[in-house]
Amino acid sequence: MFPDVLDTVPLRRAVDDALEWVVMHWGGGFEAAAYPLLMLLNILERLLIATPWWAIILLLTGLAWLATRTWRLPAVVLVGLVFIGLMDLWRDAMATTALMISATLAAIVISIPLGVWMARSLRVRHVVVPLLDLMQTLPSFVYLIPTVMIFGPGKIPALIATIVYAAPPLVRLTDLGLRGIDPAVMEASRAFGTTPAQRLLGVQIPLALPTILAGVNQTTMMALSMVVVASMIGAGGLGYQVLQGIGRLEVSRGLFAGLGIVVLAIVFDRITQALGKRLQARIGLAEMRI
Amino acid sequence: MSQQQTADYAIRMRKVTKIFGDAPLQALEMLRQGKSKADLQSESGHVVGLDDVSLDIERGQIFVVMGLSGSGKSTLVRHVNRLIDPTGGEIEVDGVDVLKMNLAELREFRRSKVTMVFQKFGLLPHRSVIDNVAYGLETRGVGKADRMQAAAQWIETVGLAGYEQSLPRQLSGGQQQRVGLARALAMDTDIILMDEAFSALDPLIRSGMQDQLLSLQQQLGKTILFITHDFDEALKIGNRIAVLRDGAVQQVGRPEDIVLRPANAHIEEFVRDVNKARAIRVRSIMETGPAEACEQAVAMDARCEDVLPLFADHQWVGVLNGQGVQIGRITARQVIKALARYAPQAG
Ligand SMILES: Nc1ncnc2c1ncn2[C@@H]1O[C@H](COP(=O)(O)OP(=O)(O)OP(=O)(O)O)[C@@H](O)[C@H]1O
Ligand SMILES: [Mg+2]
Repeated sequence: MFPDVLDTVPLRRAVDDALEWVVMHWGGGFEAAAYPLLMLLNILERLLIATPWWAIILLLTGLAWLATRTWRLPAVVLVGLVFIGLMDLWRDAMATTALMISATLAAIVISIPLGVWMARSLRVRHVVVPLLDLMQTLPSFVYLIPTVMIFGPGKIPALIATIVYAAPPLVRLTDLGLRGIDPAVMEASRAFGTTPAQRLLGVQIPLALPTILAGVNQTTMMALSMVVVASMIGAGGLGYQVLQGIGRLEVSRGLFAGLGIVVLAIVFDRITQALGKRLQARIGLAEMRI
Repeated sequence: MSQQQTADYAIRMRKVTKIFGDAPLQALEMLRQGKSKADLQSESGHVVGLDDVSLDIERGQIFVVMGLSGSGKSTLVRHVNRLIDPTGGEIEVDGVDVLKMNLAELREFRRSKVTMVFQKFGLLPHRSVIDNVAYGLETRGVGKADRMQAAAQWIETVGLAGYEQSLPRQLSGGQQQRVGLARALAMDTDIILMDEAFSALDPLIRSGMQDQLLSLQQQLGKTILFITHDFDEALKIGNRIAVLRDGAVQQVGRPEDIVLRPANAHIEEFVRDVNKARAIRVRSIMETGPAEACEQAVAMDARCEDVLPLFADHQWVGVLNGQGVQIGRITARQVIKALARYAPQAG
C-alpha cells in the first residue's frame, strides 16, 4: 500500500466547501447565464413536438435524398422514423432530438471560434489541448454532480453535461482543418493584401469546411450517446424511457427506446456525412488530399 | 536609355540578409564574424536564405534573378512585398521603406503597388478560374461587373478562354500557372514579381508567354522582377540579370556582360551551355569609329543569330541606332570570336 503521508480529509472538505460556497453565492448568476440555453432547448422541443409527424418524416427523408441522390438512405430514414412512431416513441424522440440539436448548436458556437483561436496561436493550443483531453476522459458523472448542485436537477445540467462531452471533437477538427490548409494558398491570399478576417472567412473556413463538418457530425453522435446519462438528471426523452426500462426491469421498454436512439443516430449521422462528402467533392478537396 | 541622369529605381535592396531558424540574430552575428554557411547550418540548424544582397532595379526594367534550386530566389522575391521579413538590411519600393510600413499600409501597398505570380501557383481551390483571376481586384474593392470583365479579358490573353468556370484542380499544371499569371496581371500594378512564372509551361507556350511579357513591358513600362533557373530564359527577357548562389549575388549585369565576362567559374558553367548567338547583341561586339556605310545593316539591339545569315553575301554589316544612323559595323570574325570565347576546351 502507498504510505499515508497526506491526510486527504481536510483537502476534500475544502473542495466540497468551496463548491457549496459557489452554489450559495453564484448559483443565481450561473442559472441566469444558462437561461438562453434553456430557452433554445424549450423552443426547439416545442417546435418539434408541434410540427406534424409526417412533416418531419418528409423533411428528413427529403434531406436524405438531397444529400445522396439515391433511394437507399431515404428508405432507411423513412422506415426508421415510422418505427419510432409505431413504437409510441415519437414525443420522446423529438425531446431527445431537441436536446441533441441544442447541444450541437451551442457546441458549434463555442467550438469553432475556439478552434480558430487554437489554429492561430501555439500558446492557446498548449492550454486548450490538455483541457479537451480532460473533458473527454473525465467520467461524465464527475462533472455532472457539481452541475446538478449548481443548477438543480433539470434540463440545464443535462444540456451542459452534453455540451462538455460533445464539444471537444469539433474544437479539434476545426483546428486540424485550419492548419491543414496549403500554406501556398494562404501566402498568395496574403500577397493580395487581404485582411486576417478576409482570409479567415474567404479562404480558411471554406477550405476547412469539410473537416469542420466532420466535427459537427461527431458532435451530434456524441450528444446522442449522452442522452441516457442526461435523462438521469432530468432531460426526459428516449433516455428516460431506457432508464425506466432498466429500473422496472422492463426489457422491452428499454430495448425499443434504445433502438429509437440508434435510429436517430443513423438518421443524423448518415445525412450529415453525405452532406459533408457532397461539399468536399464540390470544393475538390477529395482528390487533393491524396 | 533613360533621359534622367539619376536612375529612377523601383526596387532597392540594401544588404538584405535572411536567416531561417530559431535565433536568427545570433546566427547573423556568427555569420558576420566569418562563420561559414555550411557550419552555421550543421551546428545550429540555421539556414542562410539571403546573404548580404544589394540590388537596384530600375523602373520599367525586366530584372531577372537566376540561380540553381535552393539558391534563395524565392526568398529574395518574397522580401519585396514583405511576405518575409529580413533578418537585416533595407528594402525600398518606389522610394518607400517597406520595412517601416504598418499592417494597414502594407495591405494597401500589396493591393495597389505590387503583385506576384507564385512558383506553386497558390490558387484558391474552391474558386472558379474567373473568381481566382478576379481575387486581387476583389480585395482591392473593384465592383463585380468591372472585375469580372477585367478577369475575363486576362483569361483570354493567357489563352484559357472557355475555362472560366472550371476549378483549378480541373486544369493542368501549365494551365494553373497561367491562371496565376492572369490573376497577377489583372491587378495592373506598376511592379510585378514573377517567381518561376513560366516554369510549368511547355516550350511552345513558354516562348509565346515570354514574347507576350516583353511586349507587355514595352507597351506599359512595368517593372518586372522575374525569377528563373533557366539561363536561356533569363537572357531572352532580362534587361539585367543577377546571378544568385547560396543566397549571395555573384554577378549583376546586362545579359551580354554575363555571357562575355562571367565573374567566376560558377557562372561560366551556366554560360557554357547557353546559346550565345542568341544572348549576345551586335551592339556589344561591333567595331566603332568612322567607316563607310554598309549595304546591309541591322539595328543595334539585333542578336548575333540575326546577323549570321547576312554574312553569306556581305563582308561587313552596319549597325544602326534608333534613328537609323550607322554607329558601327560588324564582320563574321567578330561574331565568331565572341561565340568562341569561353567555349569548352576541345577534346
Ligand atoms: N521557411 C523556411 N524555413 C527554413 N528554411 C527555408 C525556408 N524557406 C526557404 N528556406 C531555405 O532557404 C533556401 C533558399 O530557398 P528558396 O525557396 O528561396 O530557393 P529557390 O532558389 O527559390 O529554389 P527553387 O528554384 O527550388 O524554387 C533553401 O535552402 C531553403 O531550404
Ligand atoms: Mg523558388
